[in-house]
Amino acid sequence: MAELGTGGNDTIAAKEQAGSGNRLYWLVALVLTILTLAEVAAVHIPALNPVIVPILVVLSAVKFVLVVMFYMHLKGDHRVYTAVFVAPLTLAVGAVIIMMLIIFKVLAYV
Amino acid sequence: MATAEATIQTPALAAPKTGIWSWITTVDHKRIGIMYGVTALFFFFVGGLEALLIRIQLAKPENAFVSADVFNQLFTMHGTTMIFLVGMPIAVAFFNYLVPLQIGARDVAFPRLNALSYWIYLFGALFLNASFLLGAAPNVGWFGYAPLTMNEFSPGLNVDFWSIGIQILGVASIMGGVNFITTIINLRAPGMTFMRMPLFTWTTFVTSFLIITALPVLGISLFFITFDRFYGTQFFNPAAGGQSVLWQHLFWIFGHPEVYILILPAFGIVSDVIPAHTRKPLFGYAMMVYSSVLIGFIGWGVWAHHMFGTGMGPIADAFFSISTLIIAIPTGVKVFNWLATMWGGAIRFTTPMLFCIGMVAFFTFGGISGVHHGVPPASLQQTDTYYVVAHFHYVLFGGLIMGIFAGLYHWWPKLTGRFLSERLGKLNFWLFVIGMNMTFFPMHVVGLLGMPRRVFTYPAELNLGHINMIITIGGFLTALGALVFAINVIRTFRKGERTTDPNPWGAHTLEWATTTPPQVYNFANLPVVRSREPMWDHPEEMLAQTTGEPKAPIHLPPPSYWPIFTAVGVILAMALMMTGKWWPPLIGAAWVGIGIINWAYEPID
Amino acid sequence: MNHTAVAQGPNQHHTSTGLPMFKLGFWVFIGSETLLFGTLISTYMIYRGESVTGPFPKDIFSIPLTTFSAFVLLMSSLTMVLALAAVKRGDRKLGMRWLLTTAALGSVFLGFQAYEFTHFAAEGLTMGSNLFGSTFYLMTGFHGAHVSIGVFWLLALWLEGLRGGLGQDSAVRVEVCGLYWHFVDIVWIAIFTFVYLFEV
Repeated sequence: MAELGTGGNDTIAAKEQAGSGNRLYWLVALVLTILTLAEVAAVHIPALNPVIVPILVVLSAVKFVLVVMFYMHLKGDHRVYTAVFVAPLTLAVGAVIIMMLIIFKVLAYV
Repeated sequence: MATAEATIQTPALAAPKTGIWSWITTVDHKRIGIMYGVTALFFFFVGGLEALLIRIQLAKPENAFVSADVFNQLFTMHGTTMIFLVGMPIAVAFFNYLVPLQIGARDVAFPRLNALSYWIYLFGALFLNASFLLGAAPNVGWFGYAPLTMNEFSPGLNVDFWSIGIQILGVASIMGGVNFITTIINLRAPGMTFMRMPLFTWTTFVTSFLIITALPVLGISLFFITFDRFYGTQFFNPAAGGQSVLWQHLFWIFGHPEVYILILPAFGIVSDVIPAHTRKPLFGYAMMVYSSVLIGFIGWGVWAHHMFGTGMGPIADAFFSISTLIIAIPTGVKVFNWLATMWGGAIRFTTPMLFCIGMVAFFTFGGISGVHHGVPPASLQQTDTYYVVAHFHYVLFGGLIMGIFAGLYHWWPKLTGRFLSERLGKLNFWLFVIGMNMTFFPMHVVGLLGMPRRVFTYPAELNLGHINMIITIGGFLTALGALVFAINVIRTFRKGERTTDPNPWGAHTLEWATTTPPQVYNFANLPVVRSREPMWDHPEEMLAQTTGEPKAPIHLPPPSYWPIFTAVGVILAMALMMTGKWWPPLIGAAWVGIGIINWAYEPID
Repeated sequence: MNHTAVAQGPNQHHTSTGLPMFKLGFWVFIGSETLLFGTLISTYMIYRGESVTGPFPKDIFSIPLTTFSAFVLLMSSLTMVLALAAVKRGDRKLGMRWLLTTAALGSVFLGFQAYEFTHFAAEGLTMGSNLFGSTFYLMTGFHGAHVSIGVFWLLALWLEGLRGGLGQDSAVRVEVCGLYWHFVDIVWIAIFTFVYLFEV
């Protein structure tokens, strides 16, 4: 598979960090578990109902970012990877939000 | 002298350069570009024929040349063909041929994926047109509004061909988008920074981002239709709570970026052709780059201007009206910059230059009627009338097609080593100008006088018969112009003026730093780029590096039959949905799996 | 002159960024996939509460089950990244073990999905029942298909290891498989929250 390259700076960095890298992955896994349990707990607490949507959005967003930054290694990788991922994601989120605002008649009348 | 033999090594498979097998297994971007171009131009004539049949029917009121059902198939296929089988693929033809040459690369990032995109396009185009053989061509408009597309209202195979056919084509486009983005980011020659790239490469880059973001939305929406029709889902069934306005949102979230996908390549082409034929660098290069990016981005925020009639409410209407008007600004910047490039330049009124001037003029004209559409109250009068047809044909024929023809005439000598005839070229141009304006200008008038679009006839009392006859004649004149182009092409292969000059027009960009036609390996040695107009600033230095003897062995990706093999699987997977059962498409999926595994483990060293 | 030298493809020979082509292209593809799943998830959310007839989500969702399967998928991301770390270090055997574990966890997740689908169908929810059925099955079906492809990919890499491959020079391909796997995981993070938890 000559066209794929050897991973360049990714490989060298990983070799140096092998030990500490693995600890980080286990830590992230622990945090992800805790966040998931927090989400499940939050939906079962009636007192939180008025603010449950923002809570869930934030908690799931944190999980999302943790996986992207540390498991997918966007943090510490060349920023071009971040650019080609974030640009479409921005369009996706923006269009979805606007479309839902229109359909739910939030963005409708003064 | 040893270097003469050490030049090209393509391993293992004997690679005959001629013969149909060499084209079937090619992974060379130049050949793939030519295949895209030939196929797209073929379908240009098919779509044109569909247009002429429409115009014959509409030439006089209450005509009976074709039935209403056939008429619906004609306008649907005309639009679908021109957009998906001509507009996008012809741009990809140019992307393919030119981008690696413009950035100083030997090929695209993923050559086999490139071939796969072409074969999927070809098979998808054939699948879509096979519907004619069954008398069941798509007939719901190129935009297929729900719930017309439901089984209840469209029981035949027409909509199935449409939803599956376009799905197939979308897959090919997305793969191409990924390929070109990666190519442009990662395969630029040393010194070819982003802000030294030719405008055509920049617009390819922006268009590719639009493709990879917009097409998936269409793809999923088409799955909703397909599943509603074959597998009983309720996405657009009003009785189950389904909302047809959701289809409109989803379709136009794709559909508006789609029109920028169509026009940006033409913007790129004329941005490269005008400087070459006026001997002046592009005016305001940086602004041209930023405006392209801005158009791409804002283009994602205007979709509901296609929906002003759906009762979204004044705030939503205002939001989309404002965004639609705002996008006219970066577009206008481009128009002014093209004019400023010409101003004070040593203009040569060659055929490519004429097409560029036509493009700038007629696209601007079409853009103005677009601004009219952007004002909701005006839009309510204009929607579904010929005013809209006038608008988009001015921007698409006046803009896209004229831009494409500028590119064809400009790059033809590089591709083929022959010039297209200037005499026939100018005749082509003027027939297009006269024909196009005779066809589409009066449509503004008949539109405002109330003639609706997508209807197979109109009553005599409207008194629009004479204008429609003029429009039809204009259509035939335009067709004559296309015929002249075809004659020009045929003639040029028989006795066209030949050239081996690397840079016959005296242009400025890197694709001209190659032999004419280019070697299979493009550049003998990858150039080290030192400016934005390398072929004006240091032509001898460039040619010394890029032509002549390679200093190191060149390795090219070997030909492969796995792309066409896999493409067959993709078509099977999609087309077998027509059986209505869930398991036949899995046969196609398995075929694709076999193709991918062999592809992944194929030796390419 | 040695004619056999330098088997460098255009991609290996020179890149503008020094980055591996496959990884870069794959991130672009992942960007595209956010639109794909974004469309599916937003359609689900737009149609939420709009079904005219049942069954409805509250009737049949099992949060404990789904929480557990979401946890399984999250852990499979951990095992995936550990597999990559092992391959990068040249530890083929450990890499193979973590890859197989990831594939196994992915299969467990798919098992839960299969159980859920059959259970829902028994309760009367098919993709044709109502808007909930249509949007739910298409969204989770697309996701499940992606997971299945991922499992095949993982097994293919494991097989390579079995045949003596999976050395350090394969790190990029393992990494790309990981990118795909993690992406499929983050889509489920979104679905678990916005589809399942919203119904409690």
